[in-house]
Amino acid sequence: MSSLSDFDSSSFGDPSETDPGLSAENILKVHKEVTEQLAISVQNLSITYKTQFERVPTVKKAVAGLVRGEKNKFKVVEAVNDVSFDVKHGTILGVIGHNGAGKSTLLRSIAGILAPTTGRIEVRGNISTLLALGLGFHPQLTGRENVILGGLASGLSREEINDKFLEIANFADLGDFIDLPTRTYSSGMNARLAFSVAVHMDPDILLIDEALSTGDAAFKRKARIKMEELMGNARTMLVVSHGLGTIKELCNDAIWLDHGRLVGRGSADEIVDRYTDFVDSGNSAVVLEDF
Amino acid sequence: MSKTAELEKQDDPIHIFQSNSIGLPHLPTYFRELWRRRDFAYEMSRSTLRIQQANTVIGKFWLVLNPLLLAGVYYFLVMVISSGSHRGPEYFAHLVAGIFAFYFISNSMIGGAASITGAARLVMNASFPRLLLPIAAVRTAFGRFIPTVPIFMIFYVIGGSTLKWQQLLAIPVFGLMMVFSIGMAAFFAALQVYFRDTTAFLPYLNRILLYISPVLYYPDQARHYFKLIGVFNPLFPLLGAFSDTLVRGIVPSVGVWLACVAWAISAFLFGCWFFMSREREFAVRL
Ligand SMILES: Nc1ncnc2c1ncn2[C@@H]1O[C@H](COP(=O)(O)OP(=O)(O)OP(=O)(O)O)[C@@H](O)[C@H]1O
Ligand SMILES: [Mg+2]
Repeated sequence: MSSLSDFDSSSFGDPSETDPGLSAENILKVHKEVTEQLAISVQNLSITYKTQFERVPTVKKAVAGLVRGEKNKFKVVEAVNDVSFDVKHGTILGVIGHNGAGKSTLLRSIAGILAPTTGRIEVRGNISTLLALGLGFHPQLTGRENVILGGLASGLSREEINDKFLEIANFADLGDFIDLPTRTYSSGMNARLAFSVAVHMDPDILLIDEALSTGDAAFKRKARIKMEELMGNARTMLVVSHGLGTIKELCNDAIWLDHGRLVGRGSADEIVDRYTDFVDSGNSAVVLEDF
Repeated sequence: MSKTAELEKQDDPIHIFQSNSIGLPHLPTYFRELWRRRDFAYEMSRSTLRIQQANTVIGKFWLVLNPLLLAGVYYFLVMVISSGSHRGPEYFAHLVAGIFAFYFISNSMIGGAASITGAARLVMNASFPRLLLPIAAVRTAFGRFIPTVPIFMIFYVIGGSTLKWQQLLAIPVFGLMMVFSIGMAAFFAALQVYFRDTTAFLPYLNRILLYISPVLYYPDQARHYFKLIGVFNPLFPLLGAFSDTLVRGIVPSVGVWLACVAWAISAFLFGCWFFMSREREFAVRL
Protein backbone atom coordinates (compact mmCIF):
# COMPACT_ATOMS: atom_id res chain seq x y z
CA MET A 1 0.00 0.00 0.00
CA SER A 2 1.37 3.41 -0.84
CA SER A 3 1.73 5.82 1.98
CA LEU A 4 2.06 9.50 2.60
CA SER A 5 3.42 8.90 6.03
CA ASP A 6 6.81 10.52 5.55
CA PHE A 7 5.21 13.89 5.15
CA ASP A 8 3.54 14.41 8.39
CA SER A 9 2.25 17.90 8.69
CA SER A 10 -1.14 17.08 10.00
CA SER A 11 -3.48 19.27 11.94
CA PHE A 12 -3.92 16.66 14.61
CA GLY A 13 -1.20 14.08 14.23
CA ASP A 14 2.13 13.78 15.89
CA PRO A 15 4.80 15.44 13.74
CA SER A 16 7.61 13.36 15.18
CA GLU A 17 7.00 10.69 12.52
CA THR A 18 9.25 12.08 9.80
CA ASP A 19 11.75 9.42 8.83
CA PRO A 20 15.21 10.90 9.40
CA GLY A 21 16.76 8.46 6.91
CA LEU A 22 15.22 10.14 3.88
CA SER A 23 16.91 13.05 2.21
CA ALA A 24 14.91 16.08 1.22
CA GLU A 25 15.20 15.24 -2.50
CA ASN A 26 14.03 11.71 -1.93
CA ILE A 27 11.10 12.94 0.01
CA LEU A 28 10.22 15.35 -2.73
CA LYS A 29 10.35 12.63 -5.37
CA VAL A 30 8.26 10.13 -3.45
CA HIS A 31 5.98 12.94 -2.52
CA LYS A 32 5.36 13.88 -6.16
CA GLU A 33 4.56 10.34 -7.18
CA VAL A 34 2.26 9.74 -4.31
CA THR A 35 0.31 12.94 -4.64
CA GLU A 36 -0.40 12.28 -8.26
CA GLN A 37 -2.37 9.27 -7.17
CA LEU A 38 -3.69 9.15 -3.68
CA ALA A 39 -6.22 11.42 -2.08
CA ILE A 40 -7.10 9.23 0.87
CA SER A 41 -5.30 6.32 2.41
CA VAL A 42 -6.98 4.42 5.22
CA GLN A 43 -4.73 1.93 6.98
CA ASN A 44 -6.01 -0.70 9.41
CA LEU A 45 -8.55 1.71 10.77
CA SER A 46 -10.61 0.70 13.78
CA ILE A 47 -12.99 2.97 15.64
CA THR A 48 -14.59 2.06 18.90
CA TYR A 49 -17.34 4.03 20.54
CA LYS A 50 -17.23 3.89 24.29
CA THR A 51 -20.52 5.26 25.43
CA GLN A 52 -22.57 4.87 28.51
CA PHE A 53 -25.59 3.85 26.55
CA GLU A 54 -28.35 3.50 29.04
CA ARG A 55 -27.72 6.71 30.94
CA VAL A 56 -26.33 10.20 30.79
CA PRO A 57 -23.05 10.37 32.71
CA THR A 58 -23.27 12.55 35.80
CA VAL A 59 -21.26 13.09 38.97
CA LYS A 60 -24.26 11.97 41.00
CA LYS A 61 -24.33 8.60 39.26
CA ALA A 62 -20.56 8.23 39.41
CA VAL A 63 -20.65 8.80 43.18
CA ALA A 64 -23.66 6.51 43.61
CA GLY A 65 -21.86 3.85 41.54
CA LEU A 66 -18.73 4.17 43.71
CA VAL A 67 -20.78 3.83 46.88
CA ARG A 68 -22.54 0.74 45.57
CA GLY A 69 -19.23 -0.63 44.28
CA GLU A 70 -20.41 -0.77 40.67
CA LYS A 71 -17.96 -0.40 37.85
CA ASN A 72 -18.58 2.18 35.18
CA LYS A 73 -20.63 0.34 32.62
CA PHE A 74 -19.45 1.17 29.14
CA LYS A 75 -21.05 -0.12 26.03
CA VAL A 76 -18.21 -0.68 23.60
CA VAL A 77 -19.20 -0.63 19.94
CA GLU A 78 -16.68 -1.55 17.30
CA ALA A 79 -18.15 0.64 14.59
CA VAL A 80 -15.23 0.26 12.17
CA ASN A 81 -13.02 -2.78 12.38
CA ASP A 82 -9.61 -3.06 10.69
CA VAL A 83 -10.55 -1.33 7.45
CA SER A 84 -7.91 -0.48 4.84
CA PHE A 85 -8.36 1.10 1.43
CA ASP A 86 -6.95 3.82 -0.80
CA VAL A 87 -8.76 6.37 -2.90
CA LYS A 88 -7.10 7.96 -5.90
CA HIS A 89 -7.61 11.55 -6.88
CA GLY A 90 -10.65 12.03 -9.08
CA THR A 91 -12.52 9.00 -7.82
CA ILE A 92 -16.14 9.02 -6.75
CA LEU A 93 -16.29 6.25 -4.23
CA GLY A 94 -19.64 4.88 -3.13
CA VAL A 95 -19.92 3.51 0.39
CA ILE A 96 -22.71 1.01 0.98
CA GLY A 97 -23.81 -1.30 3.76
CA HIS A 98 -26.65 -1.97 6.17
CA ASN A 99 -27.84 0.46 8.87
CA GLY A 100 -25.18 0.61 11.53
CA ALA A 101 -22.48 -0.82 9.28
CA GLY A 102 -20.16 2.05 10.16
CA LYS A 103 -20.45 4.22 7.06
CA SER A 104 -21.06 7.51 8.86
CA THR A 105 -18.36 6.66 11.37
CA LEU A 106 -15.87 6.03 8.55
CA LEU A 107 -16.70 9.35 6.89
CA ARG A 108 -16.40 11.22 10.20
CA SER A 109 -12.97 9.79 10.82
CA ILE A 110 -11.78 10.74 7.32
CA ALA A 111 -13.06 14.25 8.00
CA GLY A 112 -10.93 14.36 11.16
CA ILE A 113 -13.92 14.53 13.49
CA LEU A 114 -13.44 11.12 15.10
CA ALA A 115 -9.92 10.08 16.02
CA PRO A 116 -9.00 6.51 15.06
CA THR A 117 -8.88 4.07 17.95
CA THR A 118 -6.15 2.24 16.09
CA GLY A 119 -4.78 2.63 12.60
CA ARG A 120 -4.08 5.64 10.50
CA ILE A 121 -5.74 7.87 7.93
CA GLU A 122 -3.90 10.10 5.49
CA VAL A 123 -5.78 12.68 3.52
CA ARG A 124 -4.37 15.09 0.97
CA GLY A 125 -6.30 18.26 0.23
CA ASN A 126 -9.04 20.38 1.71
CA ILE A 127 -11.97 18.41 2.95
CA SER A 128 -15.54 19.59 2.86
CA THR A 129 -18.11 17.52 4.67
CA LEU A 130 -21.80 17.14 4.15
CA LEU A 131 -22.76 14.75 6.87
CA ALA A 132 -26.07 13.34 7.90
CA LEU A 133 -26.83 16.06 10.42
CA GLY A 134 -26.91 19.05 8.08
CA LEU A 135 -25.20 22.27 9.06
CA GLY A 136 -25.85 21.67 12.73
CA PHE A 137 -26.18 25.16 14.16
CA HIS A 138 -28.88 26.38 16.48
CA PRO A 139 -32.35 26.13 14.87
CA GLN A 140 -33.07 29.74 15.84
CA LEU A 141 -30.32 30.96 13.52
CA THR A 142 -31.28 32.07 10.03
CA GLY A 143 -30.11 30.35 6.87
CA ARG A 144 -27.80 33.27 6.23
CA GLU A 145 -26.16 32.95 9.66
CA ASN A 146 -25.80 29.21 9.06
CA VAL A 147 -23.99 29.80 5.80
CA ILE A 148 -21.64 32.34 7.36
CA LEU A 149 -20.90 30.24 10.45
CA GLY A 150 -20.48 27.08 8.37
CA GLY A 151 -17.98 28.83 6.11
CA LEU A 152 -16.04 30.37 8.99
CA ALA A 153 -15.90 27.02 10.81
CA SER A 154 -14.37 25.38 7.77
CA GLY A 155 -11.71 28.06 7.64
CA LEU A 156 -12.87 30.50 4.97
CA SER A 157 -12.34 34.19 5.58
CA ARG A 158 -15.24 36.59 5.87
CA GLU A 159 -14.49 38.07 2.44
CA GLU A 160 -14.42 34.66 0.81
CA ILE A 161 -17.83 33.88 2.29
CA ASN A 162 -19.28 37.22 1.24
CA ASP A 163 -18.03 36.54 -2.27
CA LYS A 164 -19.65 33.14 -2.33
CA PHE A 165 -22.82 33.92 -0.44
CA LEU A 166 -24.98 34.83 -3.43
CA GLU A 167 -23.91 31.75 -5.31
CA ILE A 168 -24.67 29.55 -2.31
CA ALA A 169 -28.07 31.14 -1.72
CA ASN A 170 -29.00 30.95 -5.39
CA PHE A 171 -28.01 27.35 -5.63
CA ALA A 172 -30.00 26.38 -2.52
CA ASP A 173 -32.86 28.39 -4.02
CA LEU A 174 -34.70 29.03 -0.76
CA GLY A 175 -36.04 32.46 -1.69
CA ASP A 176 -36.98 34.61 1.30
CA PHE A 177 -36.45 31.68 3.65
CA ILE A 178 -32.71 32.37 3.62
CA ASP A 179 -33.34 35.09 6.23
CA LEU A 180 -35.70 33.02 8.37
CA PRO A 181 -34.65 30.72 11.25
CA THR A 182 -33.80 27.22 10.05
CA ARG A 183 -36.43 25.78 12.40
CA THR A 184 -38.94 27.00 9.81
CA TYR A 185 -37.28 24.88 7.11
CA SER A 186 -38.47 21.53 5.83
CA SER A 187 -35.88 18.76 6.02
CA GLY A 188 -35.34 19.00 2.26
CA MET A 189 -34.70 22.74 2.53
CA ASN A 190 -32.14 22.07 5.26
CA ALA A 191 -30.44 19.51 3.08
CA ARG A 192 -30.36 21.89 0.11
CA LEU A 193 -28.69 24.60 2.12
CA ALA A 194 -26.16 22.18 3.61
CA PHE A 195 -25.37 20.74 0.20
CA SER A 196 -24.97 24.16 -1.31
CA VAL A 197 -22.54 25.25 1.41
CA ALA A 198 -20.51 22.05 1.10
CA VAL A 199 -20.04 22.16 -2.67
CA HIS A 200 -19.16 25.85 -2.71
CA MET A 201 -16.28 25.48 -0.25
CA ASP A 202 -13.97 24.58 -3.15
CA PRO A 203 -13.13 21.24 -1.60
CA ASP A 204 -10.51 18.87 -2.98
CA ILE A 205 -12.34 16.10 -1.21
CA LEU A 206 -16.06 16.09 -0.65
CA LEU A 207 -17.64 13.71 1.83
CA ILE A 208 -21.38 13.25 1.41
CA ASP A 209 -23.45 11.21 3.84
CA GLU A 210 -26.99 10.60 2.64
CA ALA A 211 -27.37 14.29 2.15
CA LEU A 212 -29.55 14.11 -0.90
CA SER A 213 -32.09 11.63 0.34
CA THR A 214 -34.58 14.35 1.30
CA GLY A 215 -34.06 16.61 -1.71
CA ASP A 216 -36.77 16.67 -4.37
CA ALA A 217 -36.29 15.42 -7.92
CA ALA A 218 -35.41 18.84 -9.32
CA PHE A 219 -32.79 19.47 -6.66
CA LYS A 220 -31.33 16.00 -7.01
CA ARG A 221 -30.76 16.66 -10.70
CA LYS A 222 -29.21 20.03 -9.97
CA ALA A 223 -27.00 18.43 -7.31
CA ARG A 224 -25.87 15.72 -9.71
CA ILE A 225 -24.92 18.29 -12.33
CA LYS A 226 -22.95 20.22 -9.71
CA MET A 227 -21.16 17.09 -8.61
CA GLU A 228 -20.26 16.19 -12.17
CA GLU A 229 -18.90 19.70 -12.57
CA LEU A 230 -16.74 19.22 -9.47
CA MET A 231 -15.62 15.86 -10.85
CA GLY A 232 -14.48 17.58 -14.01
CA ASN A 233 -11.95 19.39 -11.85
CA ALA A 234 -10.57 16.05 -10.65
CA ARG A 235 -12.03 16.25 -7.19
CA THR A 236 -12.46 13.23 -5.01
CA MET A 237 -15.77 12.31 -3.48
CA LEU A 238 -17.04 9.75 -1.02
CA VAL A 239 -20.76 9.19 -1.24
CA VAL A 240 -22.77 7.25 1.32
CA SER A 241 -26.21 6.34 0.08
CA HIS A 242 -28.85 3.68 0.45
CA GLY A 243 -30.01 4.60 -3.04
CA LEU A 244 -28.14 1.89 -4.90
CA GLY A 245 -29.23 3.34 -8.25
CA THR A 246 -27.55 6.62 -7.30
CA ILE A 247 -24.37 4.79 -6.39
CA LYS A 248 -24.30 2.93 -9.70
CA GLU A 249 -24.93 6.07 -11.72
CA LEU A 250 -22.69 8.44 -9.84
CA CYS A 251 -19.74 6.43 -8.62
CA ASN A 252 -16.94 4.67 -10.46
CA ASP A 253 -15.76 2.73 -7.42
CA ALA A 254 -17.48 1.40 -4.33
CA ILE A 255 -16.73 -0.20 -0.99
CA TRP A 256 -19.08 -2.34 1.02
CA LEU A 257 -19.06 -2.34 4.81
CA ASP A 258 -20.70 -5.02 6.93
CA HIS A 259 -20.67 -4.75 10.74
CA GLY A 260 -17.65 -2.48 10.57
CA ARG A 261 -15.64 -4.73 8.26
CA LEU A 262 -14.71 -4.05 4.68
CA VAL A 263 -16.20 -6.96 2.73
CA GLY A 264 -15.93 -5.69 -0.80
CA ARG A 265 -14.10 -3.23 -2.99
CA GLY A 266 -14.45 -2.85 -6.71
CA SER A 267 -16.31 -1.07 -9.45
CA ALA A 268 -19.61 0.44 -8.34
CA ASP A 269 -21.65 -1.89 -10.57
CA GLU A 270 -19.95 -5.01 -9.30
CA ILE A 271 -20.18 -4.11 -5.61
CA VAL A 272 -23.79 -2.97 -5.81
CA ASP A 273 -24.75 -6.20 -7.61
CA ARG A 274 -22.98 -8.32 -5.02
CA TYR A 275 -24.62 -6.33 -2.24
CA THR A 276 -28.08 -6.73 -3.79
CA ASP A 277 -27.54 -10.48 -4.21
CA PHE A 278 -26.45 -10.70 -0.59
CA VAL A 279 -29.44 -8.79 0.69
CA ASP A 280 -31.78 -10.94 -1.42
CA SER A 281 -30.30 -14.21 -0.20
CA GLY A 282 -30.23 -13.04 3.41
CA ASN A 283 -26.85 -14.63 4.14
CA SER A 284 -24.19 -13.24 6.42
CA ALA A 285 -21.57 -11.35 4.47
CA VAL A 286 -18.77 -13.25 6.14
CA VAL A 287 -20.21 -16.51 4.87
CA LEU A 288 -20.53 -14.91 1.47
CA GLU A 289 -16.89 -13.85 1.58
CA ASP A 290 -15.86 -17.38 2.45
CA PHE A 291 -17.14 -18.74 -0.86
CA MET B 1 10.08 20.42 10.34
CA SER B 2 11.63 22.66 7.67
CA LYS B 3 11.25 19.93 5.06
CA THR B 4 7.62 19.62 5.91
CA ALA B 5 7.24 23.35 5.69
CA GLU B 6 8.75 23.37 2.20
CA LEU B 7 6.40 20.65 1.07
CA GLU B 8 3.43 22.45 2.55
CA LYS B 9 4.00 25.42 0.29
CA GLN B 10 4.10 23.37 -2.87
CA ASP B 11 0.97 21.39 -2.56
CA ASP B 12 -2.28 20.72 -0.80
CA PRO B 13 -2.20 20.18 2.92
CA ILE B 14 -1.81 16.64 4.17
CA HIS B 15 -3.89 15.65 7.14
CA ILE B 16 -2.84 12.62 9.09
CA PHE B 17 -5.15 11.20 11.70
CA GLN B 18 -3.85 8.49 13.91
CA SER B 19 -4.58 6.92 17.21
CA ASN B 20 -2.67 9.17 19.60
CA SER B 21 -5.98 10.38 20.93
CA ILE B 22 -4.62 11.06 24.42
CA GLY B 23 -2.26 13.97 24.79
CA LEU B 24 -2.04 17.39 23.24
CA PRO B 25 -2.39 18.01 19.51
CA HIS B 26 0.49 19.61 17.63
CA LEU B 27 0.28 23.05 19.21
CA PRO B 28 1.59 25.38 16.46
CA THR B 29 -0.80 23.85 13.92
CA TYR B 30 -3.64 23.89 16.41
CA PHE B 31 -3.24 27.57 17.23
CA ARG B 32 -2.70 28.52 13.61
CA GLU B 33 -6.00 26.87 12.70
CA LEU B 34 -7.62 28.49 15.73
CA TRP B 35 -6.39 31.93 14.75
CA ARG B 36 -7.52 31.42 11.16
CA ARG B 37 -11.05 30.80 12.44
CA ARG B 38 -11.19 33.57 15.04
CA ASP B 39 -14.05 35.24 13.17
CA PHE B 40 -16.04 32.08 13.78
CA ALA B 41 -15.89 32.58 17.57
CA TYR B 42 -16.90 36.18 17.11
CA GLU B 43 -19.81 35.41 14.79
CA MET B 44 -20.93 32.47 16.93
CA SER B 45 -21.17 34.66 20.01
CA ARG B 46 -22.91 37.42 18.12
CA SER B 47 -25.55 34.97 16.94
CA THR B 48 -25.90 33.53 20.45
CA LEU B 49 -26.43 37.00 21.89
CA ARG B 50 -29.04 37.68 19.25
CA ILE B 51 -30.91 34.48 20.13
CA GLN B 52 -30.74 35.21 23.85
CA GLN B 53 -32.22 38.64 23.24
CA ALA B 54 -34.86 37.39 20.83
CA ASN B 55 -36.17 35.09 23.55
CA THR B 56 -37.01 37.90 25.95
CA VAL B 57 -39.83 40.35 25.46
CA ILE B 58 -37.79 43.46 26.06
CA GLY B 59 -34.78 42.13 24.16
CA LYS B 60 -31.68 44.32 24.30
CA PHE B 61 -33.04 46.31 27.22
CA TRP B 62 -32.80 43.19 29.37
CA LEU B 63 -29.02 43.21 29.00
CA VAL B 64 -28.99 46.42 31.01
CA LEU B 65 -31.94 45.74 33.27
CA ASN B 66 -30.83 42.31 34.48
CA PRO B 67 -27.51 43.33 36.08
CA LEU B 68 -29.16 46.45 37.46
CA LEU B 69 -31.83 44.42 39.20
CA LEU B 70 -29.14 42.09 40.54
CA ALA B 71 -27.19 45.01 41.96
CA GLY B 72 -30.41 46.35 43.54
CA VAL B 73 -31.16 43.00 45.16
CA TYR B 74 -27.66 42.66 46.61
CA TYR B 75 -27.68 46.28 47.82
CA PHE B 76 -30.93 45.56 49.62
CA LEU B 77 -29.48 42.33 51.05
CA VAL B 78 -26.40 44.08 52.40
CA MET B 79 -28.54 46.85 53.87
CA VAL B 80 -30.63 44.30 55.76
CA ILE B 81 -27.64 42.33 57.03
CA SER B 82 -25.46 45.25 58.06
CA SER B 83 -28.36 47.42 59.26
CA GLY B 84 -27.19 50.22 57.05
CA SER B 85 -23.51 50.62 57.93
CA HIS B 86 -22.01 51.11 54.45
CA ARG B 87 -24.46 53.40 52.80
CA GLY B 88 -22.25 55.66 50.71
CA PRO B 89 -22.69 56.04 46.97
CA GLU B 90 -19.09 54.92 46.63
CA TYR B 91 -20.11 51.63 48.18
CA PHE B 92 -22.90 51.25 45.65
CA ALA B 93 -20.43 51.93 42.83
CA HIS B 94 -18.14 49.26 44.30
CA LEU B 95 -21.04 46.81 44.54
CA VAL B 96 -22.15 47.47 40.97
CA ALA B 97 -18.62 47.14 39.55
CA GLY B 98 -17.98 43.94 41.50
CA ILE B 99 -21.26 42.30 40.55
CA PHE B 100 -20.93 43.16 36.87
CA ALA B 101 -17.38 41.79 36.74
CA PHE B 102 -18.35 38.75 38.78
CA TYR B 103 -21.20 37.97 36.41
CA PHE B 104 -18.83 38.24 33.47
CA ILE B 105 -16.71 35.47 34.98
CA SER B 106 -19.69 33.43 36.09
CA ASN B 107 -21.44 33.73 32.70
CA SER B 108 -18.19 32.65 31.03
CA MET B 109 -18.07 29.52 33.19
CA ILE B 110 -21.74 28.65 32.71
CA GLY B 111 -21.79 29.44 28.99
CA GLY B 112 -18.47 27.66 28.54
CA ALA B 113 -19.72 24.56 30.33
CA ALA B 114 -22.59 24.23 27.86
CA SER B 115 -20.53 25.16 24.82
CA ILE B 116 -19.57 21.65 23.68
CA THR B 117 -22.58 19.59 24.72
CA GLY B 118 -24.87 22.35 23.45
CA ALA B 119 -23.20 22.25 20.03
CA ALA B 120 -23.15 18.45 19.79
CA ARG B 121 -24.41 18.40 16.20
CA LEU B 122 -21.75 20.83 15.12
CA VAL B 123 -19.02 18.88 16.89
CA MET B 124 -20.21 15.66 15.21
CA ASN B 125 -20.33 17.34 11.81
CA ALA B 126 -17.33 19.56 11.37
CA SER B 127 -13.67 19.45 12.18
CA PHE B 128 -12.20 22.60 13.73
CA PRO B 129 -10.24 23.47 16.89
CA ARG B 130 -12.88 22.90 19.55
CA LEU B 131 -11.39 25.56 21.80
CA LEU B 132 -13.24 28.05 19.62
CA LEU B 133 -16.51 27.11 21.33
CA PRO B 134 -15.58 28.00 24.94
CA ILE B 135 -13.81 31.10 23.60
CA ALA B 136 -17.06 32.08 21.87
CA ALA B 137 -18.85 31.61 25.20
CA VAL B 138 -16.45 34.02 26.90
CA ARG B 139 -16.97 36.47 24.09
CA THR B 140 -20.75 36.14 24.66
CA ALA B 141 -20.28 36.88 28.36
CA PHE B 142 -18.20 39.90 27.34
CA GLY B 143 -21.00 41.05 25.06
CA ARG B 144 -23.30 41.03 28.06
CA PHE B 145 -20.74 42.84 30.22
CA ILE B 146 -20.20 45.76 27.82
CA PRO B 147 -23.62 47.43 28.34
CA THR B 148 -23.01 47.45 32.10
CA VAL B 149 -19.99 49.75 31.78
CA PRO B 150 -22.04 52.92 31.14
CA ILE B 151 -24.36 51.95 34.00
CA PHE B 152 -21.41 51.84 36.34
CA MET B 153 -20.20 55.19 35.03
CA ILE B 154 -23.58 56.79 35.74
CA PHE B 155 -23.59 55.58 39.35
CA TYR B 156 -19.98 56.59 39.76
CA VAL B 157 -20.55 60.13 38.57
CA ILE B 158 -23.89 60.50 40.42
CA GLY B 159 -22.01 59.49 43.57
CA GLY B 160 -19.97 62.68 43.08
CA SER B 161 -16.65 60.93 42.38
CA THR B 162 -14.30 62.38 39.81
CA LEU B 163 -12.51 60.41 37.13
CA LYS B 164 -8.87 59.55 37.84
CA TRP B 165 -6.15 58.16 35.59
CA GLN B 166 -5.66 55.20 37.96
CA GLN B 167 -9.05 53.95 36.84
CA LEU B 168 -7.52 53.03 33.50
CA LEU B 169 -5.64 50.28 35.33
CA ALA B 170 -8.96 48.44 35.55
CA ILE B 171 -8.54 47.61 31.85
CA PRO B 172 -5.49 45.34 32.28
CA VAL B 173 -7.14 43.82 35.34
CA PHE B 174 -10.19 43.03 33.24
CA GLY B 175 -7.90 41.57 30.57
CA LEU B 176 -6.51 39.19 33.18
CA MET B 177 -10.06 38.25 34.19
CA MET B 178 -10.72 37.42 30.55
CA VAL B 179 -7.66 35.16 30.33
CA PHE B 180 -8.78 33.52 33.57
CA SER B 181 -12.31 33.07 32.21
CA ILE B 182 -11.15 31.39 29.00
CA GLY B 183 -9.29 28.82 31.09
CA MET B 184 -12.33 28.23 33.29
CA ALA B 185 -14.73 28.05 30.33
CA ALA B 186 -12.51 25.47 28.62
CA PHE B 187 -12.16 23.43 31.81
CA PHE B 188 -15.88 23.27 32.51
CA ALA B 189 -16.70 22.65 28.83
CA ALA B 190 -14.59 19.49 28.89
CA LEU B 191 -15.88 18.45 32.33
CA GLN B 192 -19.47 18.77 31.11
CA VAL B 193 -18.79 16.20 28.39
CA TYR B 194 -17.87 13.65 31.06
CA PHE B 195 -20.33 14.75 33.75
CA ARG B 196 -23.53 16.18 32.40
CA ASP B 197 -24.57 17.63 35.74
CA THR B 198 -21.63 20.06 35.82
CA THR B 199 -23.93 22.89 34.75
CA ALA B 200 -26.26 21.98 37.61
CA PHE B 201 -23.46 22.33 40.19
CA LEU B 202 -21.98 25.51 38.78
CA PRO B 203 -24.57 27.95 40.20
CA TYR B 204 -23.78 26.72 43.74
CA LEU B 205 -20.05 27.02 43.16
CA ASN B 206 -20.57 30.51 41.82
CA ARG B 207 -22.72 31.55 44.75
CA ILE B 208 -19.98 30.50 47.19
CA LEU B 209 -17.34 32.25 45.06
CA LEU B 210 -19.41 35.42 45.16
CA TYR B 211 -19.61 35.42 48.96
CA ILE B 212 -15.95 34.73 49.58
CA SER B 213 -14.86 37.38 47.06
CA PRO B 214 -14.66 41.12 47.73
CA VAL B 215 -17.89 42.04 45.96
CA LEU B 216 -20.36 42.69 48.77
CA TYR B 217 -17.55 44.15 50.89
CA TYR B 218 -14.24 45.90 50.22
CA PRO B 219 -11.14 43.71 49.94
CA ASP B 220 -9.53 45.36 52.98
CA GLN B 221 -12.71 44.90 54.99
CA ALA B 222 -12.89 41.16 54.40
CA ARG B 223 -13.29 39.05 57.49
CA HIS B 224 -10.03 37.55 58.59
CA TYR B 225 -10.88 34.01 57.45
CA PHE B 226 -12.11 35.23 54.07
CA LYS B 227 -8.73 36.85 53.57
CA LEU B 228 -7.13 33.52 54.43
CA ILE B 229 -9.38 31.73 51.95
CA GLY B 230 -8.52 34.52 49.53
CA VAL B 231 -5.09 32.98 49.13
CA PHE B 232 -6.86 30.07 47.42
CA ASN B 233 -9.60 32.09 45.76
CA PRO B 234 -8.50 33.46 42.39
CA LEU B 235 -11.36 35.93 42.36
CA PHE B 236 -10.11 37.62 45.53
CA PRO B 237 -7.15 39.40 43.94
CA LEU B 238 -8.86 39.77 40.54
CA LEU B 239 -12.11 41.32 41.74
CA GLY B 240 -10.32 43.16 44.54
CA ALA B 241 -7.91 44.81 42.11
CA PHE B 242 -10.78 45.58 39.75
CA SER B 243 -12.72 47.44 42.44
CA ASP B 244 -9.63 49.17 43.86
CA THR B 245 -8.65 50.58 40.47
CA LEU B 246 -12.05 51.28 38.99
CA VAL B 247 -13.96 52.53 42.04
CA ARG B 248 -11.35 53.99 44.33
CA GLY B 249 -8.56 54.82 41.91
CA ILE B 250 -6.04 52.96 44.09
CA VAL B 251 -3.02 51.36 42.43
CA PRO B 252 -2.88 47.74 43.69
CA SER B 253 0.31 46.52 45.34
CA VAL B 254 2.87 44.48 43.42
CA GLY B 255 1.80 41.39 45.36
CA VAL B 256 -1.79 41.77 44.18
CA TRP B 257 -0.67 42.22 40.56
CA LEU B 258 1.50 39.15 40.77
CA ALA B 259 -1.36 37.13 42.26
CA CYS B 260 -3.69 38.26 39.45
CA VAL B 261 -1.20 37.38 36.71
CA ALA B 262 -0.34 34.05 38.30
CA TRP B 263 -3.97 33.01 38.69
CA ALA B 264 -4.96 34.14 35.20
CA ILE B 265 -2.09 32.36 33.48
CA SER B 266 -2.33 29.16 35.47
CA ALA B 267 -6.12 28.95 34.99
CA PHE B 268 -5.64 29.54 31.27
CA LEU B 269 -2.90 26.95 30.88
CA PHE B 270 -4.62 24.36 33.03
CA GLY B 271 -8.05 24.83 31.44
CA CYS B 272 -6.71 24.74 27.88
CA TRP B 273 -4.51 21.74 28.60
CA PHE B 274 -7.41 19.85 30.18
CA PHE B 275 -9.65 20.70 27.23
CA MET B 276 -7.22 20.19 24.36
CA SER B 277 -5.82 16.92 25.58
CA ARG B 278 -9.35 15.51 25.60
CA GLU B 279 -11.05 17.28 22.75
CA ARG B 280 -10.48 14.53 20.21
CA GLU B 281 -12.48 12.22 22.39
CA PHE B 282 -15.51 14.52 22.54
CA ALA B 283 -17.08 13.28 19.32
CA VAL B 284 -17.35 9.69 20.58
CA ARG B 285 -18.85 10.81 23.87
CA LEU B 286 -21.58 13.14 22.71
N1 LIG C 1 -22.25 8.42 19.07
C1 LIG C 1 -22.27 7.08 19.12
N2 LIG C 1 -22.06 6.45 20.29
C2 LIG C 1 -22.06 5.11 20.35
N3 LIG C 1 -22.24 4.30 19.32
C3 LIG C 1 -22.45 4.86 18.11
C4 LIG C 1 -22.49 6.27 17.95
N4 LIG C 1 -22.72 6.53 16.65
C5 LIG C 1 -22.84 5.35 16.03
N5 LIG C 1 -22.68 4.32 16.90
C6 LIG C 1 -22.71 2.89 16.59
O1 LIG C 1 -21.71 2.63 15.63
C7 LIG C 1 -22.16 1.73 14.65
C8 LIG C 1 -21.99 2.35 13.27
O2 LIG C 1 -22.81 3.50 13.15
P1 LIG C 1 -22.85 4.42 11.86
O3 LIG C 1 -23.64 5.61 12.18
O4 LIG C 1 -21.47 4.61 11.39
O5 LIG C 1 -23.65 3.48 10.84
P2 LIG C 1 -24.10 3.81 9.35
O6 LIG C 1 -23.47 2.81 8.49
O7 LIG C 1 -23.89 5.22 9.02
O8 LIG C 1 -25.66 3.48 9.43
P3 LIG C 1 -26.87 4.19 8.62
O9 LIG C 1 -26.93 3.53 7.31
O10 LIG C 1 -28.05 3.85 9.46
O11 LIG C 1 -26.60 5.65 8.56
C9 LIG C 1 -23.60 1.42 15.02
O12 LIG C 1 -23.61 0.15 15.66
C10 LIG C 1 -24.01 2.48 15.98
O13 LIG C 1 -24.87 1.95 16.94
MG1 LIG D 1 -25.12 6.91 8.67
